[in-house]
Amino acid sequence: MSQHPNTHGAHGHGEAHESHGSLKSYIIGFVLSIVLTIIPLVAILQDMVEGGAATALLIVTAVLQFVVQLFFFMHLKEEKGPRWNLMVLILGIVIVVTIVLGSLWIMNYNMVAH
Amino acid sequence: MANHSNHAVSAAHGHGHEGHHDQDALRQMGFWFFLITDCILFATLFATYAVLHNNTAGGPTAKELFEMPGIIAETFILLTSSFTSGLAVLSMNRGDKKGLIGWLIVTLVLGAAFVGMEVTEFANMMSEGHKMSTSAFLSSFFTLVGTHGCHVTLGIFWMIALIIQLSRRGINSTTKRKVNIISMYWHFLDAVWIFVFTIVYMMGVM
Repeated sequence: MSQHPNTHGAHGHGEAHESHGSLKSYIIGFVLSIVLTIIPLVAILQDMVEGGAATALLIVTAVLQFVVQLFFFMHLKEEKGPRWNLMVLILGIVIVVTIVLGSLWIMNYNMVAH
Repeated sequence: MANHSNHAVSAAHGHGHEGHHDQDALRQMGFWFFLITDCILFATLFATYAVLHNNTAGGPTAKELFEMPGIIAETFILLTSSFTSGLAVLSMNRGDKKGLIGWLIVTLVLGAAFVGMEVTEFANMMSEGHKMSTSAFLSSFFTLVGTHGCHVTLGIFWMIALIIQLSRRGINSTTKRKVNIISMYWHFLDAVWIFVFTIVYMMGVM
């Protein structure tokens, strides 16, 4: 693990680097998540948006909330050294998007037998 | 996961402090890798649901079936539990064992409430005759949402075991790593639920 010099350096001084996140970052994350849940709820259930716009709003708020959780709860940004976690996450997202969009595309637009 | 953790405990003994720390960091990274593969598992189930959700075979549609008030409550319960599992980690970093165990208990009670509501929802659907075998829509629905529910249930038992260990051994580098990992797992479950809530329920009733 010679790639992690920072981790070693800070170790002697106790918990400084151990304390991932602060109360503030958790509260910000929590509040943002609640807001990002309420926006689509109100918009959809009150019929303020419909059709394609509603779908887009739902997907955008869900993805934003996912990003909020990654940064404020899972502390993705605080990773040091080579960012293995981020790289694996990106690989995972590529596979996830390929599976979901690929399945939808093949099954919905390439029907052979109907 | 339990096997892995046990192995980790025995392997961690006898190492120097620095090596120990590196290994803990490596194990947390290993768990992150597992979470990403778990994402791929959920992706296949989401893809299946997305393809099949209109194939109701004369059974109920999503719009007729879902009762949003309960689902909205579940969503906020799980979101709050994700937050409290973060507070548990903060207490741990301060060396506050009581606070850590307290927040873990709050988290698992919220988790149990979530699972309880979900089981009730499923039981109601089944008692009305809307079973897994009713339609392709319901097969994929129960598989996707049920798999998430199983993950939460597993997390609850895992957390109980960890609370017992914490009360016996206190906060040390091994239990610290385990708390970090379980809180990561819990945040992950909340993140998956965001998509279940959005894609299954919100788009279902739209």
